[in-house]
Order: sequence, then C-alpha cells, then structure tokens
Amino acid sequence: MAESALDLAEQQRRLARAEVLLPRRSLTRRLARDKTALAGLVILLVAFSMALLGPHIAPYDPDAQNVLNRYAGPSAEHLLGTDNLGRDELSRLLHGARISLLSALAVGIAIMLIGIVIGTIAGLAGGFVDGLLMRIVDVLLAFPSLLLALAVTGMLGPGLLHLLVAVTAVWWVEYARLMRGLVLSVKERPFVESARALGLPPRLVALRHVIPNMISPVVVLGTLLTGRLLLALSTLSFLGLGVQPPTPEWGAMLSEGAAFLARAPHLMLFPGLAITITALGFNLLGDGLRDALDPTVQ
Amino acid sequence: MLSYIARRIAYLVPTWLGITLLAFVLSALAPGDPARTYFLRAHGRQPSQAELAIVRERFGLDKPVAERYLAWVWGALRGDLGLSYSTGRPVTEELLRRLPATLQLAAAATAVTLAIGVPVGIVAALKRNSLIDQVTRGAAMLGASIPSFWLAYLLIILFSVKLGLLPALGRGGPEHLILPALTLGLGDAAVITRLTRSSVLAVLQQDYVTVARAKGLPAREVLIRHVLRNALIPTVTQLGVLFGFLIAYSAVVEVIFVWPGMGRLAVRAIFQRDYNVIQGFVVLAGTVFVLINLVVDLLYLWLDPRVTLGQSRRVEMA
Repeated sequence: MAESALDLAEQQRRLARAEVLLPRRSLTRRLARDKTALAGLVILLVAFSMALLGPHIAPYDPDAQNVLNRYAGPSAEHLLGTDNLGRDELSRLLHGARISLLSALAVGIAIMLIGIVIGTIAGLAGGFVDGLLMRIVDVLLAFPSLLLALAVTGMLGPGLLHLLVAVTAVWWVEYARLMRGLVLSVKERPFVESARALGLPPRLVALRHVIPNMISPVVVLGTLLTGRLLLALSTLSFLGLGVQPPTPEWGAMLSEGAAFLARAPHLMLFPGLAITITALGFNLLGDGLRDALDPTVQ
Repeated sequence: MLSYIARRIAYLVPTWLGITLLAFVLSALAPGDPARTYFLRAHGRQPSQAELAIVRERFGLDKPVAERYLAWVWGALRGDLGLSYSTGRPVTEELLRRLPATLQLAAAATAVTLAIGVPVGIVAALKRNSLIDQVTRGAAMLGASIPSFWLAYLLIILFSVKLGLLPALGRGGPEHLILPALTLGLGDAAVITRLTRSSVLAVLQQDYVTVARAKGLPAREVLIRHVLRNALIPTVTQLGVLFGFLIAYSAVVEVIFVWPGMGRLAVRAIFQRDYNVIQGFVVLAGTVFVLINLVVDLLYLWLDPRVTLGQSRRVEMA
C-alpha cells in the first residue's frame, strides 16, 4: 500500500525520457531551486549523521537498565524518556539509527548492483537470455514484495542477516526492469552504434557508453527504493523477523514499546517518528530529483 | 477481443506455476527438518529413526524433491495444500477458514481508500495549486512515508485508549472493523488521491472537454459525463495493484489488531516453522492477486474501448 505511492512504471518511463532530453549539468541547479528536495536532503543528512555519530553522541549506554526509573516521560535528564527496563530512549534511538539506516542502505546498494547487472545483461543480450530473465522478473513482480520477503524470511528463520538476504532477493527486480528498459533505449542511440561499429567489444560498450548514461534515473529510483526498504525492513523487524531484542532497531523498538502503549505512549511515538521522518526524507528527495530530471512533469 | 482474453488467461499459467515453484523451492531450501520439528511438537521428545520415517511418509517427505513438487502442484490445483505441521490439519482448511476475515478487511479498506481518495483527488485537480491541493500533496507524501504498523498504534492510542470510542482488538461487530480498515485504507487513499488528481488534470485538457464546455453544458454535467468517466479508468486499474498490497500489509495489521485472518496465520506459521502453511499462504495469496489483476485487466478493456489489444497491458508493480 503505502509503498506504491508513485506509479513506478510511469516514473521509469519519464525518467528514461528525461535522460534523453536533459544535459546532466543542469540537474544540480534545478535541484537547488526545489525546496522540497532540499528539505529531503537535509532530513537525510541529519539522519545519516545520527547513524554515523549516534553511538558517540548518545548520552547513555543503550542497554543500561535502571529499574528505579522505568516508563519515565521525557525530562531534562532523559530527553525522550525511558523504556520498560529504564533504558534511555534517546540513546537507543541513536544506536538504532545505525542499524535501521545502514541496513536499508546496504540492501539498497546490493539490489542496485544486482539489478544493474541483470538488467544490463538482459538488455544487451536479448533473445533467449532476455526472455528467461524477464520471465523471472515477471513472476517476482507478480507478487507484492513485502509478502514475498515475509515468506522468504519465514523460511530462512528470523534474524537480521536472514532478513537482509530475503529483502535483497526480492527487491532487485524493479532495478532490473528499469535497467533493461534504459539499455534498450540507449542501445539504439548513435554514439553507441558508432562505438560498436568501431569494433569495441560489448563489455566495453556497456562500461563506457551505456552505463554512464543511466546514472540519473538509477539514482532517483535508488532514493525512492531506499525509503521503501527502510519501511519494509522496519515492518519486518516489527513483526519480530529481523533484529532480535535487546538490540535497538527502530521497528523492533516500536514492537517492544507497543506492549506498553497505554502506560508509556512515548515509547511508540519516537521510533515511529524517526522512521516516518527518514522515509519522508527519501521520498522528498526522490520526488525532487525526479522533477528536476523531467521537465514535462506537472 | 476473445483471443485477447484467451491470451491474457493463458498468460496466467506460467505466472501461477512460477509462484508455486517459488513457494516450493523456498521451503525445500529452508534449514531444519520439518518432520523432526513436527514430532517434537506433537510428542515433546526427540524421535527415533523409525518414528522419523513414519512422519516423513505421512507428510510425503520421503520422496525426491521434483516428485514432491509435482505432487504438491497437482494437489494445489485440486485444493489440497498438504497438512499443517503444527496442527496436523489440512492447510487448505486452515486458510479458507480465515479467508473471509481477510477479504472482509480488504474490502472495508478499499472502501475507505475510494471514499477518501476519489473525491479529494477530484477537488485537488479542480482547484489546482490551491491550498487544498498543496495539503493533499503533503498528506500523500506523508501517507507514503508512514509505516502502517505505526499508524495502527496511533489510531489505537487515539480512538481506543484516549477517547475510548472503538475496540482495538478482535473481530466482532462493524465497530471492530473501523480501525484496521482505516489503517490499511489511509495509506492507499494517498496513492489514489494523487492518481485521481493527475488523471482528472489530464482529461480536463482534452479537446472534447473544451467542446462540451463550449456548447454550453453546465460545469457539473461536463465533470460527471465527460471528465470523470474517463479520468477514473486509471484509478480502477490501480485498485488491482493496491489489492495485492492490502493482502501483504493485512498480515501486519491482522497481527496488531488480533484479526483472525490469513495473514496472522501466516506470521504465526513463520515462527512455528510450519512450511506447508507458509507455502499454502503464498500460493493462495498469489492466486487471489493474479486473479484480481485479471479481472481488473478485463474491466479496463470494457471501460476503455480504445485499449489496443495487440499488446497486453502488463501489471506494473512496485
């Protein structure tokens, strides 16, 4: 549901078109004028600084318990309050940022690489290889990714590593399809044809001429997808399939906090806000990047 | 026309087989011995070799993988998905018993989505760049960023804990349906709002709308007869895609609201390593999803006679 906010196919078509229409140079200028994209960028910068610096700036040990000060609301001493074991919520949130964001980023990069390789192979090879790969992509796309990731994690068994493997195995398909489309559209363009006519081996044609022309659409999709991955990973962790307690991770923290929602609603409030704001950052930036790339967008 | 429908239906076969293969391969690769797990749960002790052999035979685990797959697909076609490792009862029975609750929830969520998304989208398009348009843009962006499980708890805190208006858990009267349906429906409403807005905008620029206006038709008539009829076609199509997400996220929402549906059963099966149930859930959910997309495709054909039959419209999924 929420993750399908933007019709991806339409986006991909626009992206493919935009790439043809616009020189890459003007991108930064257009982006700088777009306030929502800048807001997204700022949110993400803050979020990633939290992930990188979090453990160093956290005021307390995220696992230190204090039975005398449980379920405490926000105060000067504990800015975001304490949880059911008296642990400092802010420190846990800061430590959790590292796991939540870096997981999403790691999977985001992994699926990008897999998708690029498979999509490029399909687009360049054509024929049987293309047909076979695209049938696999079709089957995987014929299914809501979250449901599939849920099933794969279920089969592998709960745990962060299994969760990351499952989500990677399921989510690469969109990239593959985008890449294949881009390769097919770039393949026919004059500079690629001339490189071929000059006798450059296919591997070098791909590396030097095809891939550099696809960077911007891939970056846009990557931004939007990483936001969705953050949501999916935290959803699955919330269900207990990912990070196991007591390790702080935003989704898992929310799941722990949910048991005390009547007594200490702040335990649910802050991790949820952290996830929502970060996902919003990805969506704002992705949307802004897309609009900056596509002059025809309304 | 008929040949298009036939081709579209024939296209389902490899997709469906792909889904079954996927579900089956997943559980075949899964670590752990389901026969041992079953015996441990049923008898509370480690099985002997002879006992293991009996359990394996009962669940058909003694045969080669390929043969098991064929037998399982053949069974699935006849509605037999094997036995649950945790209850020993047929998986089909376990799933079908919970299907109505899941479908009820999905239908209610779709109603929420349409009731909010379509009117708000139309207003946003008609008053383009107004305050209301800006607000819906922001709301849609927020809707795409908010995790549904968190939204569920926010609704519970507001309506059950603070206001005490609605029950938070279980299935019963219509009041039980409100919070889970809102949770599932609100996120989709954001998608439908944006989609409706952009398709209404696109139709408003068409010549036939200008003509209708020029011949003096009242604005209301133009809107209903010419604009909406055409603009809502993409909305209908998108509903098919969204339904798949509804099924996926209903697993999460069912767990939170203790809603006795298929999704909750599947999540429980994951923790019990009940592979047959997970496998069955994947296939049943996949079948429902693929069939709904077929219906939507055919509906699309009927709604929009301009569709070119030469190339089948592929289901675009996120």
